[in-house]
Amino acid sequence: MINLQESFETKLAGGSKLLVPYVTGGYPNPGWVELVEGCVGVGCDAVEIGLPFSDPVMDGPTIQESSKLALEGGVTAPQVLAKLAKKTFEVPLIAMTYYNIVFRMGHQRFASELAAAGFAGAIIPDLPMEESVDFAADASDSGISNILLGAPTANDDRLAAICEASDGFVYAVGLVGTTGERSELASSSLDIAKRLKSLTDKPVLVGVGVSNPEQAVEIATVADGVIIGSALIRRVLDTGSPSAGVEFIASVREALDAM
Amino acid sequence: MSTTVNQFMGAPDKAGRFGSFGGRFVPETLMPACLELEAAFTDAWQDESFRSEFSHLLSEYAGRPSGLTVCENISEVLGCTLVLKREDLNHTGSHKINNVLGQTLLAKRMGKTRIVAETGAGQHGVATATAAAYFGQECVVYMGEVDIKRQKLNVFRMELLGAEVRPAMSGSRTLKDAVNEAMREWVSSVESTYYCLGSVMGPHPYPYMVREFHRVIGAEAYRQCHEKLGGDPDVVVACVGGGSNAVGIFSGFADTEAELVGVEPIGGAAVGHGVPGVVHGSKSYLCQDEHGQVLEAESVSAGLDYPGVGPEHAHLAEIGRARYESVTDTEVLAAFELLAQTEGIIPALEPAHGLAWIYKAREELAGKTVLLNLSGRGDKDVAQVQAIKAGDAEALETMKS
Repeated sequence: MINLQESFETKLAGGSKLLVPYVTGGYPNPGWVELVEGCVGVGCDAVEIGLPFSDPVMDGPTIQESSKLALEGGVTAPQVLAKLAKKTFEVPLIAMTYYNIVFRMGHQRFASELAAAGFAGAIIPDLPMEESVDFAADASDSGISNILLGAPTANDDRLAAICEASDGFVYAVGLVGTTGERSELASSSLDIAKRLKSLTDKPVLVGVGVSNPEQAVEIATVADGVIIGSALIRRVLDTGSPSAGVEFIASVREALDAM
Repeated sequence: MSTTVNQFMGAPDKAGRFGSFGGRFVPETLMPACLELEAAFTDAWQDESFRSEFSHLLSEYAGRPSGLTVCENISEVLGCTLVLKREDLNHTGSHKINNVLGQTLLAKRMGKTRIVAETGAGQHGVATATAAAYFGQECVVYMGEVDIKRQKLNVFRMELLGAEVRPAMSGSRTLKDAVNEAMREWVSSVESTYYCLGSVMGPHPYPYMVREFHRVIGAEAYRQCHEKLGGDPDVVVACVGGGSNAVGIFSGFADTEAELVGVEPIGGAAVGHGVPGVVHGSKSYLCQDEHGQVLEAESVSAGLDYPGVGPEHAHLAEIGRARYESVTDTEVLAAFELLAQTEGIIPALEPAHGLAWIYKAREELAGKTVLLNLSGRGDKDVAQVQAIKAGDAEALETMKS
């Protein structure tokens, strides 16, 4: 099984910047597994898989829409994990879901099913540091890293504690807001990346609001990498086909590699 | 303010838990704001000048204390003595004003000039718009698109008061979705905006803080019961959506011998459903499917059309201090008319749930004194009830249970 932090550090040591696309598990259906495979094929370093939830309060309109379509199609978290378990990927998978999905399944079952499906980490945006102690321990028992988010609203003491507790890498929240594309890169993206980099040796990846190759490159001058969700999913929503999403991720990869 | 020692309804623990329920399950972006709010509330609530300003607003602006009415006519029908705590007589027509005056006063103290709220029936939205107008604060209220249709009068009231009403278009387009949108707005504007949550739900400190602002209901009712009835009622009944009016009145009687009964709509009976879950910031009971997807509540009452419930109710149910019952929309409509025709009081559909249960349980309650928190007046509901009685298809669509 792949250790998330080691995997990332190996890539970084080779001079590469990290690219992690987000795919909503179950959207498009069929086609989402091909979207994951396509992203891996064009050289991303991990894939974040959304396990759709009915009430995604951290998500903007794009991810809300893909989650809703997936749920309307009858997808469930166990189905998403079962489909991925049949595949083998060269890069680690990271789950992104809301805590009720985890709580309902039970920490240990959730973590062990993630591990069985080739996952190395989990991002649970409504499980902040103070509430995540039990889950982090249960996840760790199955080799799953619980990744914490550091947001621009936190002071340095809080960010330092988050860096200490986060496992695998630290997810820098690029702006004060929900997920979604922004025409201009928020200055907070660079600020939070700088602050977190000064506080930890763990990889720091910026997500939320990273919208195109130019923004990814600008962030990667400070951060170790980027997480891109809405910009990818919007292309799939617009075209109904995974290929537009894969091409977009390929263009981000190319831009990061040209740095 | 309390007349009791709070054995059963005291402060939550440091993590904001009532027993095993509560907590702070919010995006990290909001955590500093939750911690700041907790500190600000703790400081304010210990400050005599804040307390006295709040009390002054409750008496001079909201019109408290609200009355206590012994209802002799309907008591004949029920076979028990029905006593109403008249929150319907407060300014803006429901108990919601207590919490809103507390929170907007706190927002002012914290230097926040912009208020965001969610609303179901519109009562919390109207109360928030009212207080924001009074304090000169900008006000945005999220309301489900379905609720906007069934509560047109309240939408206009909010607009008249200077608030902007934004429709929540996702999911069932009711209260749950209005909370989602309000939380997203809060995530996006947390540095400038105060989130005035309308019930005893959400992340700590909201369930505790909102209860404390509503404690006045129970404290008054306790004193009034002792003055008018010579002691505690046998049973205290309140409707429960998120559960703010219920914790308000329960808090006055939790440490007495009175039985506490919360009444949920059958289409949104979170406690009745009995499955713990986490949504909108706290761990509580939650109507959800086997995979943890939150179910859409269905109730004739927009104010109770919510799949979750405040964490303190989950705790009171778990320890057996309160019991939770449910009633159907049909039973509620019958109770709504019964109170109107026997007492000349048109209740809101929400507290009509409480009365519906009392009617249903009248054999069990025979000879007892039953205190019902009449949490709001029914003006907002008369058009909807009229449409339902006339067989209007769209109105019937809103009452499926």
